[in-house]
Amino acid sequence: MSGSHVHALYRHGTSPLHHAAPQVKVVAAFGFVMAVVSTPRTAVWAFAVYGAIVVALLAFARLSLSFVARRALVLVPFLAVALLFPIIGSGERIDVLGLSLSVDGLWDLWNVAAKAGLGFLIAVVLGATTEITDLLRGLEALHMPRIVTSIIGFAVRYIDIVTSDFARMRIALASRGYRARSIAAWGVYARTIGAMFMRTYERGERVYLAMLSRVYRGTMPAIDGIPVPGAQWFAAAVFVGSAMAVMIMSRTMS
Amino acid sequence: MSTPVVDIQGLGFAYPDGTVALSDVELHIHRGERVALLGPNGAGKTTLILHMNGIHLPQTGTVAVSGLPVRHDNLIDIRRRVGIVFQDPDDQLFMPTVREDVAFGPANLGLKGRDLDERVEQALATVEVADLADRPPNHLSFGQKRRVAIAGVMAMAPEILILDEPTSNLDPASRVDLTGVLDELDVTQLIVTHDLLYALEICERSVILDAGRIVADGPTRDVLGDEALLAKHRLGLPAGLRVEDLDRP
Repeated sequence: MSGSHVHALYRHGTSPLHHAAPQVKVVAAFGFVMAVVSTPRTAVWAFAVYGAIVVALLAFARLSLSFVARRALVLVPFLAVALLFPIIGSGERIDVLGLSLSVDGLWDLWNVAAKAGLGFLIAVVLGATTEITDLLRGLEALHMPRIVTSIIGFAVRYIDIVTSDFARMRIALASRGYRARSIAAWGVYARTIGAMFMRTYERGERVYLAMLSRVYRGTMPAIDGIPVPGAQWFAAAVFVGSAMAVMIMSRTMS
Repeated sequence: MSTPVVDIQGLGFAYPDGTVALSDVELHIHRGERVALLGPNGAGKTTLILHMNGIHLPQTGTVAVSGLPVRHDNLIDIRRRVGIVFQDPDDQLFMPTVREDVAFGPANLGLKGRDLDERVEQALATVEVADLADRPPNHLSFGQKRRVAIAGVMAMAPEILILDEPTSNLDPASRVDLTGVLDELDVTQLIVTHDLLYALEICERSVILDAGRIVADGPTRDVLGDEALLAKHRLGLPAGLRVEDLDRP
C-alpha cells in the first residue's frame, strides 16, 4: 500500500528544509501566507518578490517542476471560478481579443491567481518536506488541541484502508459483470458507499475495542515533542520578517 | 496449587437480543501454560476472550485474573494484566507510527519519558521489529503488522497474552516466524484459532468451545485425536491427516 494518497504529498530528501522542525515550518508557512494575502493586488512587484522567494525554496528543497505541476491540479476549481470575474465584473471595461472584460474583474482574477498560486506553492514545499506524522507533532507542539490532531491522525491512518476497501468493492462489482452505463447506474455506487459507511463504522467499533483493551481512558497519550534548535526559529523569523517587510512596503506605496 | 492466571467459573452471557453466547463456562489457565481455544465460527470464542479483559462483564458466574475479579472498578488493572492481540492488525495499529502505537498502552498506564522509551524499545526488540519503530503502520507487511501488534500488547507487561486467530492471512514463512516469536515470549498464552494444525504444533493443551459451552479440555494430542469429537463440533484436521502422522520433531 505504498501508493498511498496522503503520503504522496511527501518527497523523500535530505535538504535542510527536510530536516527542519515541523512546527517551525508550519509557523513560517503560515506567516508567509499571511503576508501574501495582506498585500494589495496592484503591488505586482511584491508578488514577483514572493514568487522569487518561493521558487528559491522549491530549488532549495530540490523539488522538480514536474512534481509541482502534477499537484497544481488542485488549483483548477479556484481558477475556473476566478475566470468568471472579468466577464461578470462591473465598472470600466476593455477589449481583450474581442471580448469586453471588466478591468476590476481582471484585477480580481489576478488577485486570486497570484495569492492562491503562492499559497499552493508554499503548501507544496511544506507537504513535500514534512512527513505527515511529523506535521502532526508540529501541530501538537503549537498547542493544537489533541482531539484535533488525533482525528487527523486517524484519518491519515485509515484513508488508505478505506480507499482500498472501495477499490475491492468496485472489482467485485465489475467481476459480476457490472458496468456503469448511465446516471441510473449511480444508484449502485450510492449503495456501495452506504455499505462502505457501515464497514467503516464497524471498523471504528473494533478500533475502539482495541483502544479500550490497551487502557484507553478518553485522552490520547501525548506525542513526544521534537526539540528545536534556536537557529531554526531565527531562520524562520528572517523568512517571515522579509515577507512582512515586502507586504508593509507594498501597502505604504499603494 | 497456585492461583490460576485465568479463573472462570460458571460464566454465562447473553447478548441484548437474547442470543445466548456463553453458558456455564469453566476454564482455568495456569502460569506458563500455552492453551489453544478451538471452536467453529460463532462458538463464542471472541465473546469469551472479551470477558477476560472486562470489555464484557459476567452476567452470571465469575472471571478472575491472577485472583483479581473482573469487575467495573478493577478494569484498569485487569486490562494491564490481560493483553489481547486482535485478529486484524489494522484494527489494533491506530497510531501514526509503530513507536507511538507500541507506546499507547504503557503511556495509558502512566509511563513517561525514559521509562516509556525503554519499555517500547524492549517490546520492539522482543518481536524483532526495532528497525520499524519510525515507520507508519500502513507501510508494513501483514506479518510485520502482526508482530508490531504483539509488541504493543507486550509493552504493557501482561500476565497473559491472548491472540485471536493469529495465523489468519499469514503466508507459511510468516507463520513459522510467528511461532518463533511466540516461543520467545515469557508469558502465559491463550491462542484462539480454528487452525488445528497450528494448535497441535505449539499448544500442549486445547479447549474446544461450541455453542457457548466448553465441550473438551485436555492435552492437544488427545483432543485432536478424537475424530468423532471434532466432527461433532464442526472441526477437523485437513483431509487424510491424523494426529499420529504429525509427531512433533
